[in-house]
Amino acid sequence: MLPTPSTSHVCFDRVYEPAEDSYLLLDTLSSASETSFLHGQFSTSPAAAEGSPLVLEVGVGSGVVLAFVAANAGTLFGRDDILTIGTDLNRFACEAAAQTVQKAVATAPTRFLDVVNGDLASSVRPHSIDVLIFNPPYVPAELPDYSHHEAYNEPLSAGKSTTFEQDSYLLELSYAGGPDGMVVTRRMLEQLPTILSSTRGVAYLLLCAQNKPEVVKQEIRAWGQGWMAETVGSSGKKAGWEKLQIIRIWRANTSILDSISSHNP
Amino acid sequence: MKLLTLNFLTCAIKTCKSSPSSFPLHPRDAELEIVEADLNLKFLENILPRLMWDELRVVVDELGLPTLPPTIPTRADLVAPSSPTSSSSSSDPAPSQTARDLHRILIETCVREGKLVCGNCGHEYAVKEGVANFLLPAHLV
Repeated sequence: MLPTPSTSHVCFDRVYEPAEDSYLLLDTLSSASETSFLHGQFSTSPAAAEGSPLVLEVGVGSGVVLAFVAANAGTLFGRDDILTIGTDLNRFACEAAAQTVQKAVATAPTRFLDVVNGDLASSVRPHSIDVLIFNPPYVPAELPDYSHHEAYNEPLSAGKSTTFEQDSYLLELSYAGGPDGMVVTRRMLEQLPTILSSTRGVAYLLLCAQNKPEVVKQEIRAWGQGWMAETVGSSGKKAGWEKLQIIRIWRANTSILDSISSHNP
Repeated sequence: MKLLTLNFLTCAIKTCKSSPSSFPLHPRDAELEIVEADLNLKFLENILPRLMWDELRVVVDELGLPTLPPTIPTRADLVAPSSPTSSSSSSDPAPSQTARDLHRILIETCVREGKLVCGNCGHEYAVKEGVANFLLPAHLV
């Protein structure tokens, strides 16, 4: 089993602490079936020649998942030269995650770019992302009151600490997903086709049972153009909404479809 | 924030996405720092196909750094010509000056403080303590 990156420096009062959902992502990404898929996509396919794969984790939190991917690039992708970048609404998470990834790739620092304080993938250049990972705020709970964001997201001045309200707000960002727990995830899905690389892009999205994963997968397949969505990992022994799964979203045979269309203008 | 990162970022405002002038973002009042890292030649070779070279040159010029060549280096340009006196054929190829310059710019040069400005809408994104803030006020989302 591959080691879990250390997050001992992270203050979990205001940054989401790695939990069952985080570990399900680690287990799924390093499972035999997913490493075999990722090797195919990034090592053995003609698209491997497009240069270093760029991995984006949206809502990076403590950084444990991105650090795991960066540190184990060779095992996961069959190549060491990947680039990783993260985004998070919470600037304390950005700082914590950057440290987590830097520690995990201390011997290969080029694998880590930066963590950007931003909303989903809105600041990322279109079609630049090869692998997108998202553990969203999936809990069906009222959305946080974003009008506090600017005040609560300010860097701390020396000697100051955060308030309880501020910490609660910052943690709410990491879990509260509105009706069906799907409000933020739906916004991410809308961005996905323009963010992912059109030749080799793939996304891993975590959902809980109450997010209605079967419906979500059907909707993605209905995008057409070869878009696929399959469950590739799951956890949670008891039935109920907390049962978690990872779906993989990608475009099947894009190179074949592209070559067909270029031969039949 | 590394200059290589800037090569993958654009204005967060939806209506700017279709405008070519929303990329690259233009650094303003930037305070740079050098964070030294070991040069990895294979890595540099593999990021060449990922670079938006013309846009990178614009950013480098705007920061007042030494101008990059007009055309993107090839993989061969990154390897130093083997010196006739060095007999060891087994050793790894040495990086050329081009590779060292590129490593310095992409990996080691970081924006510590300053602003990133969209060439289309003029919106300014702050960089504080190395973290770029791309959050928009509610009326711009």
